[in-house]
Amino acid sequence: MEFAPVIGLEVHAQLKTRTKIFCSCSTRFGAPPNTHVCPVCLGMPGVLPVLNQAVVEYAMRMALATDCRIAPESRFARKNYFYPDLPKGYQISQYELPIAEHGQVNITRPDGTRKKIGITRIHMEEDAGKLIHDPDRSISMVDYNRTGVPLIEIVSEPDIESPEEAGAYLRQLRAVLRYLDISDGNMEEGSFRCDANVSVRPKESEQLGTRTELKNLNSFKFVEKALAYEINRQIRVISENGEVIQETRLWDMDKNRTFSMRGKEEAHDYRYFPDPDLVPLKIDEDWIARIQADLPELPDQRKDRFMAQFELPAYDADILTASRELADYFEACLRQVENPKLVSNWVMGNLLGLLNAEGKTIEETPISAEEMAELLKLVNDEVISGKIAKTVFDEMVASGKSPKAIVEEQGLVQVTDASAIEAVVDAVIDRCPNEVASYKAGKKKLLGFFVGQVMKETQGKANPQMVNQILKEKLG
Amino acid sequence: MELHTLTIHEAARMLEKREISAIELTDAVLERIHTLDPLVDAYITVTADAARQRAKMADQMIAKGEGGRLSGIPLSIKDLICTKGVKTTCASRMLEDFHPPYDATVMDKLNAAGAVMVGKVNMDEFAMGSSTENSGIKATKNPWDLSRVPGGSSGGSAASVAADMCMGSLGSDTGGSIRQPASHCGVVGIKPTYGRVSRFGLVAFASSLDQIGPLAKDVTDAAILLNAIAGYDSRDSTSINRPIPDYTSGLTGDIKGIKIGIPKEYHAAKGVSESVTAAIDQAISVFKNAGAEFVEITLPHTDYAVAAYYLIAPAEASSNLARYDGVKYGFRSPEGQGLLDMYKNTRSRGFGAEVKRRILLGTYALSAGYYEAYYKKASQVRTLIKQDFRNAFEACDVILAPVAPSPAFKIGEHIDDPLRMYLSDIFTLSANLAGIPGLSVPCGFSTEGLPIGLQLMGNYFDETTLLNAAYYFERQTDFHRQKADLSRALNQ
Ligand SMILES: [Zn+2]
Repeated sequence: MEFAPVIGLEVHAQLKTRTKIFCSCSTRFGAPPNTHVCPVCLGMPGVLPVLNQAVVEYAMRMALATDCRIAPESRFARKNYFYPDLPKGYQISQYELPIAEHGQVNITRPDGTRKKIGITRIHMEEDAGKLIHDPDRSISMVDYNRTGVPLIEIVSEPDIESPEEAGAYLRQLRAVLRYLDISDGNMEEGSFRCDANVSVRPKESEQLGTRTELKNLNSFKFVEKALAYEINRQIRVISENGEVIQETRLWDMDKNRTFSMRGKEEAHDYRYFPDPDLVPLKIDEDWIARIQADLPELPDQRKDRFMAQFELPAYDADILTASRELADYFEACLRQVENPKLVSNWVMGNLLGLLNAEGKTIEETPISAEEMAELLKLVNDEVISGKIAKTVFDEMVASGKSPKAIVEEQGLVQVTDASAIEAVVDAVIDRCPNEVASYKAGKKKLLGFFVGQVMKETQGKANPQMVNQILKEKLG
Repeated sequence: MELHTLTIHEAARMLEKREISAIELTDAVLERIHTLDPLVDAYITVTADAARQRAKMADQMIAKGEGGRLSGIPLSIKDLICTKGVKTTCASRMLEDFHPPYDATVMDKLNAAGAVMVGKVNMDEFAMGSSTENSGIKATKNPWDLSRVPGGSSGGSAASVAADMCMGSLGSDTGGSIRQPASHCGVVGIKPTYGRVSRFGLVAFASSLDQIGPLAKDVTDAAILLNAIAGYDSRDSTSINRPIPDYTSGLTGDIKGIKIGIPKEYHAAKGVSESVTAAIDQAISVFKNAGAEFVEITLPHTDYAVAAYYLIAPAEASSNLARYDGVKYGFRSPEGQGLLDMYKNTRSRGFGAEVKRRILLGTYALSAGYYEAYYKKASQVRTLIKQDFRNAFEACDVILAPVAPSPAFKIGEHIDDPLRMYLSDIFTLSANLAGIPGLSVPCGFSTEGLPIGLQLMGNYFDETTLLNAAYYFERQTDFHRQKADLSRALNQ
């Protein structure tokens, strides 16, 4: 029997507002423990939450960017449970009436086709603190700096059909968040977290199987690996006439497997009810229109524009718009060098190759867009050849010098003087009578040999098109 | 003259004319507390030094002509209103030694007006109760009969006002917790419209029902105190931004043409004592003499009010009180091993029986599978009760009713019968469910000489009409001037 996976994802994204969701403490990451706290986020007696309007507007941006319907009236609710990182004994979240529902995002499948993934809902909530266990003293400590940092939870429809699609969906969500400039979307640092609901069903059946919830998926790689493992596990269980149990499972990154954390019976009863300390949140059409007007260009729109305006293939446009910073880099280069395909090849090939090799992001690039543009301008103006440019690029990375300085110092300026090239071509033809005879007898492949000889003679500086042309003329 | 017997408006006039000083006034009240409180047990904390300091400051301000409306006026504060650096216990073992690093908004306002806090007063633990017997610290006695309860939960506030151990007090009212003790102690108490007074710094019992309000020796003082604490607060999202009338200038005593509604459901209520019925009937005839028009109104969902209240209030309380877990502040049980033990032991030993009873009730009402039948249904009933009052106020300006079915009972008399205690809130908790203002003004005495209060309820934000009607009534009677005679008890 063949099985089809059914996957839904719940993503928590920290919003990078300056202050917390219900008090005016800073949200800055990495401060000494319990320094960004106040009576409100510490849940002291008698204090009250006051909603940060910026959080609402950030959530509205995400809602609009994912085609959600924004509710004219939504409510905050209390999710009640005891844990030391939760100072009030409840988390302020949204439950029955979230800020936004019924949206979608487009993903590009591994085969290049596009697919819509439905967004069930987006809601706002506060983050909890962090427990720090000290095994030496067998005590636990709590850091409340993170308590009250705003989050949005984005819940997808169970439209995702493979681990790769899950990865593509997460990358797309993160790209949108970053284009909107509302979240860092950093999975490793925990500003972007993902839980997955997964089940399998026989291919010919519409009947959904029992689902499990996967947690502790703190990188894109782990999400895909854990889903793949869990799908196989469920198929195996069913194939062996077993039964998949509804439960929460954790991903063990050392053992590359999921294991059961708690069953359905142990599931928390969160006793949600509307938070009486906060009034219903009302959002009118004017407010929505203002936020809509302020939205930046989104990944999909930018991709389409890159294809139309710069005549780039979909493959290029997809890669270049995957992050806002990379797309900005590309467009910054283009402002100096009006050759989109040249710039695209260099950014995707040499630059991303270098960054991947060094495990760096585009923000950490050693070659600024200005330097890259300077280099590519030399290529585009035929001052240096593409081959020389690669040498210059490596030298730029190694020495940090500007491309012009490197070209000048090393005398790498391209030879475009026809008479100078002709002289070298003549010398090569004189030197290689046998090869010339073979060429004339029909072994046209030997042209490459002559080009190589000329380039060697000119230390690669001769303009390759001119070398080709002159050689063909002289060899007949 | 015994300074502690003065009302706020009398004392303010004398202070302004420099006939007395704020320090004399404060010392007189502190002396009164020193003498009487061992009998009454109203105070949890007496802040004598800070009070004297503030009184001296008040004197300086008055001398410079910069005195506020409450400059030099000694007040007591219910012990669940946060006071910066001053122990705020909520009469619970859980917060026995809790010193808030912040003031409640009402404290900021009182301080700005120059008031002098003389101490923090007793209450039912976390405001849960109607007798102050549920205090985790001590039981407060009714100054009119020391063997009886002062009512609750603001029992310390009412008793301290009635015994002249302060000139006025702030309490809080979630289901009658200002009006009922005011009635039992023969003082004036007003629960303002929900949202009129900031709840910031009021330790929450049931957030959608709680409201801070004054207890005072007469209606004028209540109006002065209400003016001092009312107003929008950006720190409380449920406070409402609308103009605050000058409540004292609204006290004209002219209520000609006022329409007073009598709910027929309250008439039918069982268990109302004869003395209460007689006092209410007497009050009705006083208003009739003023040219008030009486109309019978109906509040058809009254029967469900107690049930709805005892689902909503405990549900909110179960969540509001979850923060007392021993992790961050307050009491932590040292017994047991690990997190779960810490939670269990801390909450088992830190809370008293009534608080635990309500946390259990509320947790149950919110649980999966019960939420729809209990909490949600209660919320729907609440909407209907609000509608009842809206309809009623189409036909009348104020609603007249008893505060409590009977005068103050004996300490210990009902302690084992929580259901009976809950039912005694029948006349007061509807105002909290609806969010309308209500007040209690003295309207007579029982045959045993115990005070009885008259309740007036008004339309949203119409405290002015309410206070003026009470003011008229007060001027026609002298119940508010009668004082408990504590001399015999003192001489024993
Ligand atoms: Zn804070």
